[in-house]
Amino acid sequence: MEKGSVKPAEGIRFDNGAARQVPGGEDRAGYGRVLTPGEVDVTHGTILYLDDITVSFDGFKALNKLSLWIDAGELRCVIGPNGAGKTTMMDVVTGRTRPDEGSAFFGQTIDLTQLSEAEIAHAGIGRKFQKPTIFERHTAFENLELAMKADKRVRTTLFAKLSSAQKDSIAETLHLVGLAEAADREAGLLSHGQKQWLEIGMLLIQDPKLLLLDEPVAGMSDEETERTGELFLSLAGKHSLVVVEHDMAFIAKIARKVTVLHEGSVLAEGPMEKVQNDPKVIEVYLGR
Amino acid sequence: MNRLYGPKGWTILGAFAFALFVMFPLLSVGVSQDNPLHISQYWVTLIGKIMCYAIVALAMDLVWGYAGILSLGHGLFFALGGYAMGMYLMRQIGREGQYQSDLPDFMVFLDWKEFPWHWWNTDQFWWAMLLVVAVPGLLAYVFGYFAFRSRVRGVYFSIITQALTFAAMLLFFRNNTGFGGNNGFTDFKRILGFPITTPETRIALFAFTGLALIAALLVARWLVTSKFGRVLAAIRDAEPRVAACGYNTLHYKLFVWTLSAVLCGIAGALYVPQVGIINPSEMSPANSIEIAIWVAVGGRGTLAGAIAGAGLVNGAKSCFTQAYPEYWLYFLGVLFVLVTLFLPQGIAGILRRWKKAA
Repeated sequence: MEKGSVKPAEGIRFDNGAARQVPGGEDRAGYGRVLTPGEVDVTHGTILYLDDITVSFDGFKALNKLSLWIDAGELRCVIGPNGAGKTTMMDVVTGRTRPDEGSAFFGQTIDLTQLSEAEIAHAGIGRKFQKPTIFERHTAFENLELAMKADKRVRTTLFAKLSSAQKDSIAETLHLVGLAEAADREAGLLSHGQKQWLEIGMLLIQDPKLLLLDEPVAGMSDEETERTGELFLSLAGKHSLVVVEHDMAFIAKIARKVTVLHEGSVLAEGPMEKVQNDPKVIEVYLGR
Repeated sequence: MNRLYGPKGWTILGAFAFALFVMFPLLSVGVSQDNPLHISQYWVTLIGKIMCYAIVALAMDLVWGYAGILSLGHGLFFALGGYAMGMYLMRQIGREGQYQSDLPDFMVFLDWKEFPWHWWNTDQFWWAMLLVVAVPGLLAYVFGYFAFRSRVRGVYFSIITQALTFAAMLLFFRNNTGFGGNNGFTDFKRILGFPITTPETRIALFAFTGLALIAALLVARWLVTSKFGRVLAAIRDAEPRVAACGYNTLHYKLFVWTLSAVLCGIAGALYVPQVGIINPSEMSPANSIEIAIWVAVGGRGTLAGAIAGAGLVNGAKSCFTQAYPEYWLYFLGVLFVLVTLFLPQGIAGILRRWKKAA
């Protein structure tokens, strides 16, 4: 299989959003249905399409014709050995890296390759970095205040005041990630696990449609890992999640569908047991 | 109002304002010179000058302490504001110069017959005031736009600002630039028609400087306690994260950078009529570095610290340069090394530690 294990639905072409053929699509975007600009169109039940993405750095192909579909509300785990292209894949989705070839769509209509990082964040894609990057010298509350969905232009920020609804939303998120007690604590003083949660909270409060989580349980204690897994399971459905993780025990606990990346493309995809017993996967993991 | 300062803060600020606007005018022009409480011209000029520096320190603290952008070229914006004011003051001399011409002496000396284009309308006070704000602001905006857009950061940014002020200094040293070459502007006679050296004019300039300082402090305080200020500090600590949150960091940096330059321009404009001279040495790289030292000594990231730093270092400078003029730069260098090594948060840091211990 040269393009990964999933084939695109027949009839959908990814040519910068123009002339998209959608069978029976009278009410679809482009056929008379009004679509608010920036709204994510998930009428096909798919929130992220990566198609034939190639990224090379000085000749090294970090991604090699990678194709990947994420369904709306799905919790997808992505695994793979070091250098398989997991982080580069996230970079492409968040606009940090531009693909040399291929297309990346958010919903049916939003072409990620045309948007800046900030625009992608606004469109509803949140990313948690490998290392927890929070604002260490701000309190947990302020961290969420800064991350919160709002008009983020200079002029409005100068005069911004928290409404009581916004305060509630911050309190709610703090509670969700288990930091209600630590609201006024300087974030730099939180434990490693708490920092990771705070960062997840900063993503959640932006109410993203799609969450990209890069090794979210790295460095967490067993108990913290457990609670993180529960959190993710409770988020799936409302949000779509893509979790990149090395911790196989953690993956086994939360995984529904697993994608294995290898040398920049999809090696295998399916339920955890199936993937685990796939001879190709075993070879890649044990052959190293 | 309550957000800016607590009751204690407002009280200190009130006392400060009382000293500047009531005590100083009363004791410098209201009482006779024989009175032991009389404040001499020397002190009025010195404190007035230091208040100008304090505005610059505030401006520096906004970009360095809060946004993490270390400028080593802030002296340039200060000097540009000073030059804009200086042009107006030169025009106010009228025909009372050495050569009794409509043109300033240095132009007569160069055998120029008319004002160069950039002196247009500078006999109008409002136009000169516009230049005070617009020239540093515009230069900072354009420079900042290209630097921040190209993601020039950290020490590279500092070096470029240093080069910028150095280049400007060389430009202003040239006679042909039309700013009086290395002599700059001096021998001012009047401002708005008032003779510039009388005690009354001096104390008025002093009071305006105090007003500008307090206004600058309140604006800066309002900025840093707003959400804008928190975004700024977040940019300082983790800029990529701020961008990932959906903020366009370029706009934030550009805003505070330009505002900072404008504040420096205003400070320069208040400085020149009080000290009576402006020349290209104000743009020398060492001057700009000194500004950073004031803020480092006072404690960056605290506004009161920046003001205190400017006051202390310049106070020490005026004592030192009278007693041992040749050692001042060594002292400044040692001070900077000591502060960097032992007081990374400056004087404000010591106070904070005491408060915590208490």
